[in-house]
Amino acid sequence: MRGYVLRRIAYVLPVLLGVVTVVFLALRLIPGDPAVALAGEKASAAQIEQMREALGLNRPLPVQYVEFLGRLAQGDLGRSIRTGGDIGRELAENFAPTIELSVAALFIALLVGLPAGILAALRRRTAIEYGTMLGSLVGISMPVFWIGLMLIYWLGARGGWFPLSGTVTPGLEIPSRTHFYTIDSALTGDVAIFGDVLWHLVLPAITLSTITMAIVSRMARSSMLEVLGNDYLVTARAKGLAEAAVLLRHALKNALIPVVTVVGLQLGALLSGAVLTETVFGRVGVGRYVLNAITARDYPVVQGTVIIVALFVALISLVVDLVYAMLDPRIRYS
Amino acid sequence: MAGASATTIRSPLDGRGRAAPSQWAAARRRFLRSGTGMFGAGLLVLFALLAVFAGQVSPYDPIHQDFRIEREAPSSTHLMGTDEFGRDVFSRVVWGARVSLQAGAVAASIALVAGLFLGMIAAYYRGRTDALVMRLMDVLLAFPYLLLAIGIVAILGPGLLTAMIAIGIVYIPNYARVVRGAVLSVGARDFVEAARAVGARDRRVMWQHVLPNVLAPIIVQATLNVGTAIIDTAGLSFLGLGTQPPTPDWGNMLSAGRSYIIDSPWIATFPGVAILFTVLAFNLVGDALRDAFDPRLS
Repeated sequence: MRGYVLRRIAYVLPVLLGVVTVVFLALRLIPGDPAVALAGEKASAAQIEQMREALGLNRPLPVQYVEFLGRLAQGDLGRSIRTGGDIGRELAENFAPTIELSVAALFIALLVGLPAGILAALRRRTAIEYGTMLGSLVGISMPVFWIGLMLIYWLGARGGWFPLSGTVTPGLEIPSRTHFYTIDSALTGDVAIFGDVLWHLVLPAITLSTITMAIVSRMARSSMLEVLGNDYLVTARAKGLAEAAVLLRHALKNALIPVVTVVGLQLGALLSGAVLTETVFGRVGVGRYVLNAITARDYPVVQGTVIIVALFVALISLVVDLVYAMLDPRIRYS
Repeated sequence: MAGASATTIRSPLDGRGRAAPSQWAAARRRFLRSGTGMFGAGLLVLFALLAVFAGQVSPYDPIHQDFRIEREAPSSTHLMGTDEFGRDVFSRVVWGARVSLQAGAVAASIALVAGLFLGMIAAYYRGRTDALVMRLMDVLLAFPYLLLAIGIVAILGPGLLTAMIAIGIVYIPNYARVVRGAVLSVGARDFVEAARAVGARDRRVMWQHVLPNVLAPIIVQATLNVGTAIIDTAGLSFLGLGTQPPTPDWGNMLSAGRSYIIDSPWIATFPGVAILFTVLAFNLVGDALRDAFDPRLS
């Protein structure tokens, strides 16, 4: 296991360095003067100089790179041109609600997608299988931002069951400790505030869950079908095991491994979808933060956000891979 | 080269990229027998015709504003109602088909060409070239795709062209991986070795012997990818980073409709339905093609 961990870390380190380098070079290798390009054609000389200073563009490229890596290693992402605030701190405030939304969506996707896919495999050529397959096909064909709008209209405006937008009802005060709204609201000890935060989370989380739900149900079905055809299930039945034990202990356990792999791969897609979902529901998050930055040509914020989110995804993928290897010895020996 | 040309090496698909009749004919037969695949293909033809003949099909000018009829509900005069500027939503959906289909196709093509090139040289030359190309692809894959696209648009500036380039770049690793895998499996086969043995140059071996034999997975990937590229370029337009108003694009129509979703839901409903059916069609055709090329998967 230790060899696998070291191999996997040795693999991910160049990728992390590559991510940082790509972001660094993408900005600096654009034709002409990057400061002028980023500040915009109508920018004043002072604004262009501010952009050049904020990104350290007035020094030789290798020096810029070493300084850039040095600052990054210390967790220093620079200051926002728009607000003048520390980007690291601002990002922490905005990234936490995005992670919260993504985790909630993943939970819903697994809660619905897994049983649907497994049932579809167990009840072949029935309405359950056809319904699941059709649902997953439609699920991967719908844009999340449209699903969000339709849910706002039907369940929010028409049904009146959910709030139309926002992260929490305006006026409710939640002291920010972790920047995760659910955790911070729970820490207040006020059930009404916690309920309000959850209530605001439901529609965005359902919206964001749809594509992952569709992929999980497809994967669970095909993986279960493959496992059901294996000889060891025949052996298990021949030994007299009850059908439920055969399915739960032998089939499901093995069928879940590829599903877990897919879930790990979905993280980046979930974060991307979260940017759109946040925009639809007007929620606090990385989406609104980075879009405001683009509108204000606040490139240091865009650069910092892209780097930190990509590093986060790469590190989570590493952790997920290591967990699989612990669960399934076949992975670490392959 | 003359010597190499004089010696004919027959690959399973013939040297000019034409299909060896048996394999491709069988795949075509299987595809034509697929009900869902044919349904998807029919939908695609319909949307393509709408896009091509948008000028003839749409009853109104898609950018003509008439504030006397703003946000009118669907009726016999305006099948899908009117938007906040009194523009006919149906006409904008039809014209939007042209922009959105083009955006998806161009973005997928950028990814296809770059991914094909990178995947082929990685698999053909192997060693350091392979390692370098595939690590670069790993780096691109590490970015959440929309954030990478947003970063690219932030540098290049918003607009349809940059949105297509951004989404194209995001998808390059998918193609590079598929092509590399396919080329690696084909590259080890005898007819490729034979072509090399008679002195055929690398470019000739790749284009005339390897490429025709890896087309099937690439076609499937490209078909499925156009659908997702339509969603993603629409997503950038929805965020205000793609097609700019007043040009109709399904993404920016949804963005405009968002502000009126409570009182005038039709403004956002119909462009979304158009995206749903178009992407569904690409997915149905892509799935049917995959089953047709490799029946073991169905």
